[in-house]
Amino acid sequence: MTRHSDVTPGPLLLASDLHKSYGTTPALDGADFAIRAGEIVAVMGPSGSGKSTLLHCLAGIVQPDAGAVRYRDRELSTESDAERSRLRREEFGFVFQFGQLVPELTCLENVALPLRLGGVKRRAAEERATQWLERLEVSHAADRRPGEISGGQGQRVAVARALVGEPRVVFADEPTGALDSLNGERVMTLLAAAARETNAAVVLVTHEARVAAYSDREVVVRDGRTATGLTAGAL
Amino acid sequence: MSIGHTLLGLLEAGPSHGYDLKRAFDSRFGQDRPLHYGQVYSTMARLLKNGLVEVEGVEPGEGPERKRYAITDAGLTDVATWLASPEKPEPYLQNTLYTKVVIALLTDRSAEAVLDAQRAEHLRLMRELTRRKTSGDLVDQLICDHALFHLEADLRWLELTAARLDALRTAVSA
Repeated sequence: MTRHSDVTPGPLLLASDLHKSYGTTPALDGADFAIRAGEIVAVMGPSGSGKSTLLHCLAGIVQPDAGAVRYRDRELSTESDAERSRLRREEFGFVFQFGQLVPELTCLENVALPLRLGGVKRRAAEERATQWLERLEVSHAADRRPGEISGGQGQRVAVARALVGEPRVVFADEPTGALDSLNGERVMTLLAAAARETNAAVVLVTHEARVAAYSDREVVVRDGRTATGLTAGAL
Repeated sequence: MSIGHTLLGLLEAGPSHGYDLKRAFDSRFGQDRPLHYGQVYSTMARLLKNGLVEVEGVEPGEGPERKRYAITDAGLTDVATWLASPEKPEPYLQNTLYTKVVIALLTDRSAEAVLDAQRAEHLRLMRELTRRKTSGDLVDQLICDHALFHLEADLRWLELTAARLDALRTAVSA
């Protein structure tokens, strides 16, 4: 497991004054965000507040209508789809609530998939995938397909797949949303520990306070705008 | 719940007699436990002594003289500080938080900021408990889980209140 040695004091990922509308419906209306290497930041807020749109803009999945997203020394809003797609494959990892594993592949093949897409040879990719399945305590599922394991196990496989490329930023959108308390806790404990070991930053979108409690700090999104939660001065 | 701060917050609307303050308090916050007159007058005497209210006038009546109280600048600052300071997270906070939210709405302060400050304080404690739980044994885990679920219940109430602020703003100004 490689630990990223990014010791830059400034933010690894920085977004300022993001605006994004879908049709006439504004999803983001001046949102700001910053995260450092090794930091876990929870993005909280009610349904429809713009949390997921913020995550998609930060990850370069969606281009904002206005505003800037800066990752290290790159300005994502001026990059092409292909450049952002490559960035996502090489430097970012993703965990979603549902449906992220390929049902036809075994769990081992699923975890190895990002490495294979990046050109790593099968044997080397599966060796690293095996290590990550062990790290996430799901080695026993290696030869099974996603439909043959439980939801909690599947989500740990998904976390292994997100982390196998040792990304600098992990984007997790309601990663425990479909799990019971105990399985949710296991996923979060393992995700947080693995991210801290590799010095990866984690953008954790959640509406669950017990999940947000694994973060270092929270950012609250309300009506497409962000607040840090420390707004006593606003009084 | 801090009766003194609540009465001060109600006084921001304008000078009032102790009797009218008690009625305003009971109608908004005293559903289960209306204030006793003695509590009102002892609280007002303390606020007066501390310079947070002043007596604007005294009207003779059939019983004791009726004092008309007004909030001072120090009182205004005291209310603002109270609203800005999150409560220590503990079970059954709803009365105090509800009171703070209503007073913020009544005094044209940001009720969102009250809720945000409280969310931050709750999450701070939840992070501590989560760290303790992650590094602890099964007993630690069970004890921390109990506290975490209670704090989470508070936070759910807080998020629901945040979602209903517009309706509550309309209700309190009616």
